[in-house]
Amino acid sequence: MSSTDNSYVRTEMLPEREAPTGNVGIVGWIRKNLFPDVFSSILTLIALFFIYQLLAGLVPWLTGGIWNASSLSECREIIGDGPAAACLAVIHERFWQLMYGFYPSDSYWRPNLAFILLFAAISPVLFDGVSRKMFIATATVPFIGPWLLWGGSFWAPVTAALGFVVGYFVYKLVAKSMNNLLALILGPLAAIIWWLVISGYVSSGLASVIPLGLEPVASRDFGGFMLAVTLGITGIALSFPLGIVLALGRLSDLVIIKTLCVGFIEFIRGVPLITLLFVAQVMLSYFLPKGTDFDIILRVMIMITLFASAYMAEVIRGGLAALPTGQYEAADALGLDYWQAQRLIIMPQALKISIPGIVSTFIGLFKDTTLVSIIGLSDPIGWVKLIQSNSEWTGVVWELYGFVALVFFLFCFSMSRSSMYLERKLQTGHN
Amino acid sequence: MSSEVEFDHHTDRSKLKVSDEVAIEITDMNKWYGSFHVLKDINLTVNRGERIVVCGPSGSGKSTLIRCINRLEEHQQGTIIVDGTELSSDLKNIDKVRSEVGMVFQHFNLFPHLTIMENCTLAPIWVRKTPQKEAEETAMHFLEKVKIPEQAHKYPGQLSGGQQQRVAIARSLCMMPRIMLFDEPTSALDPEMIKEVLETMIELAEEGMTMICVTHEMGFAKEVANRVIFMDAGQIVEQNEPNEFFDNPQSERTKLFLSQIL
Repeated sequence: MSSTDNSYVRTEMLPEREAPTGNVGIVGWIRKNLFPDVFSSILTLIALFFIYQLLAGLVPWLTGGIWNASSLSECREIIGDGPAAACLAVIHERFWQLMYGFYPSDSYWRPNLAFILLFAAISPVLFDGVSRKMFIATATVPFIGPWLLWGGSFWAPVTAALGFVVGYFVYKLVAKSMNNLLALILGPLAAIIWWLVISGYVSSGLASVIPLGLEPVASRDFGGFMLAVTLGITGIALSFPLGIVLALGRLSDLVIIKTLCVGFIEFIRGVPLITLLFVAQVMLSYFLPKGTDFDIILRVMIMITLFASAYMAEVIRGGLAALPTGQYEAADALGLDYWQAQRLIIMPQALKISIPGIVSTFIGLFKDTTLVSIIGLSDPIGWVKLIQSNSEWTGVVWELYGFVALVFFLFCFSMSRSSMYLERKLQTGHN
Repeated sequence: MSSEVEFDHHTDRSKLKVSDEVAIEITDMNKWYGSFHVLKDINLTVNRGERIVVCGPSGSGKSTLIRCINRLEEHQQGTIIVDGTELSSDLKNIDKVRSEVGMVFQHFNLFPHLTIMENCTLAPIWVRKTPQKEAEETAMHFLEKVKIPEQAHKYPGQLSGGQQQRVAIARSLCMMPRIMLFDEPTSALDPEMIKEVLETMIELAEEGMTMICVTHEMGFAKEVANRVIFMDAGQIVEQNEPNEFFDNPQSERTKLFLSQIL
């Protein structure tokens, strides 16, 4: 071909051809991911060897596990000179305690129902096809859930919920007749007055007319995974909105609000959770008036929530920072006010960006609930220690901690999977 | 700068009417970013039905000027009166002006988490309190106008740049604004897409919309603008009818600028 002749015209377009075999399917995957070159192939073989060794030890240990024994020594007798085996009898015998602590066994349905209702409450967030009516569940579960767990008069959660209604109406009324800022102060104030002063009378009044309630269960009877899940879920549910407020406060133009939020976040992040838990356990009773019985679980919940909300605020702030300013400008230019813009434009996007961080914080919070065993609450770790201190099971380590680890893993892994699912669901195009 | 866009359709300029009614009045307006003086003694009166093109080198303050008109930027001195409402720190006035003034941005700024339809109905529903059904009908009307009704249920990320910008125009129009501001609407687009956006804007001009466009598309200026404003260093250096402006620029700065972009 002559060097000057560089004109070319294609007369027919090429058809699509099949990819070469060994490039697709299982064979393709294995070649690409496990044996792409010599070095990787060696590493693959070494890894396979170690995985085999691990399973060769673990699987017989578990499958040969002893389920019927009433103490560790009995387990050891049964095993005798045979291969090492797990003494799973301890889990078999203490399963309900590990799960519910001393919660009365005829009331197990209450935490179970609360747990199921929880899924109803989060279903509108996770699934598209769910009817909007499910949001009723989302709104009521925060009141019904604690009532199911602790029992007592049915009117307590009702009047607690009414506090929000009262606050809302006062806010609306003041916002309409006076101004927004005043409404923002008076609304919550009215709700607080309702909760602290009025709701007690209303609740007991209603209870005397229509006595409706469940057998009360004391906080000290809460234990095992039920306690961990209760602490985890309330921590998650409360720290999330608090984190949003703190993140917005930190980015606010109002100096006082900004300083308060920055101070709070930095203080909380600078203190170990266990310190806060000790404060909850010991210190708070110094500050509170003598004789007030402030539930220990409630105190711990508050501390865990405050702790997680500081981290949550920073994660959400990251999401907010990732949004282009154009989004704020477009919302402003269309005439949306600050809260409309936040609710409709900014937060949906910022939260979507922050999903991985938010869920990490959730998972961290859930696992951190095990720290309450140090201040004497009997969460799963607390129960492991209790069981070990029993002479029958002294010396059982792997089985108990392994079981606790497995259940924690199931919870955390499903949270992590849900987050990935949610991320995919919210994906809208490539930008 | 690329060569001018050729439009398929030519505007009958005699049909473009400018009323005597004042839409925007800016008097002795000054703005600083910190200690940097970005806008100096701006005086500008825009009548209803005017189509004004603002041009000038980058950093000359043209975007800042139109962003002051809907208070995306705050001015420190002078007055800006839009449709009889003076812009001050009073939030009610700002919201009132913003709902009357539409704005189209260089980077579209569509809301990526909402469908095209939701992008268009959001502000009418939440700001104007229009019932959803009515808002959707209006949105469909404007999406047809910008020629993308079939994309209504897609997300912005699935559209081309030109389509996104046309959605952005439709989104603004859904608020039934009396004034439209365009901040370099075609600067982020491929040449093929510039034309479709400009044609949409020309159509809008022909319907009598009051428009202020920051743009370097001189073809657009010649086609529909009744005034071209040249800004440099935060000041209005020259303004004139497009023919006069391009054929017979007075200021040296204008001449230099035109020689560089044409």
